[in-house]
Amino acid sequence: MKKYLATLAPLAIFIAIGAAFAIGLTRDPARIPSMLIDRPLPEFSLEPIEGFTEGLNSADLKGEVSMINVFGSWCISCRIEHPFLMQLKAAGEIPIYGLNWKDKPGDGTAWLERFGNPYTRIGDDQEGRVVIDLGVTGAPETFIVDREGRVRYKQVGPITPEVWRDTLSPLIEELKKG
Amino acid sequence: MRGAILSTLVAVLAASSAFAVQPDEILPDPALEARARKLDQELRCVVCQSQSLAESDAPLAKDMRVLMREKIAAGASDKEAVAFLVDRYGEYVLLKPRFETGTILLWTLPGAAILIGGALAFFYFRGGRTEPATALSADEEARLNEILEARR
Repeated sequence: MKKYLATLAPLAIFIAIGAAFAIGLTRDPARIPSMLIDRPLPEFSLEPIEGFTEGLNSADLKGEVSMINVFGSWCISCRIEHPFLMQLKAAGEIPIYGLNWKDKPGDGTAWLERFGNPYTRIGDDQEGRVVIDLGVTGAPETFIVDREGRVRYKQVGPITPEVWRDTLSPLIEELKKG
Repeated sequence: MRGAILSTLVAVLAASSAFAVQPDEILPDPALEARARKLDQELRCVVCQSQSLAESDAPLAKDMRVLMREKIAAGASDKEAVAFLVDRYGEYVLLKPRFETGTILLWTLPGAAILIGGALAFFYFRGGRTEPATALSADEEARLNEILEARR
């Protein structure tokens, strides 16, 4: 047995390390987990974007299950996500609040006029401070907020029908019940 | 040829210390700016995640740099300013992981692997050393020749 130890030991170590790497490969380190999960939405108060009269306050999100979607006219993935957001708005299941990130005055409004507006209210975050409070790393990102105003989920990247069907919709149903 | 190598080397080395800090971000107080730059190098850009805030050109990195400078200028300590970002982005925003129970393996495993590997290598090579061979006696020499002849 001892003479096989020299061959077996490195093999065993290799298998152990290989298994650890294989598990690691299923994870994406670039997806930074949100620090906000189960915490109350950070307080903020944003002015309306050009052409709108109502801005967005964190208090607006209390009372019902809702979504905050971070978008910008410069963001290509947001354009890809947009039709699905319009579908969600038409279905009327959940209000979507928009956070217009780093758009020059008028750009966000023009984008919405051109493609359609799925948002109930929109806040103007030109300085980019509110998105840092939310721990946003890019657009689009969407937060699911429950009735009490606590963040329950963060979707990094566009909401696709698959993401909606498999993750977001079940979660929202749950939150609406509870 | 030597000139080409030398200039490439200079270009590579100089680029690696490039700062993305724009003139409009720089704080008027040099001591505070120096602190801010040090922090810029310790914090990760969350968009281009292998770059520090000091190196990244991403707009979000610029916002984070400006935010850090505002905090420092308002009197926050280095720890407090960093804690502000860690609170929002998690520990991943620190380029150097903290040394605590969650990261103990991360810190110690490489060193431990070198020690263990080195020890294994040492004993492997040492065990291979054999006794120095003694010369054959005349009898043994004769027998050896017989065997070799027979095999040929």
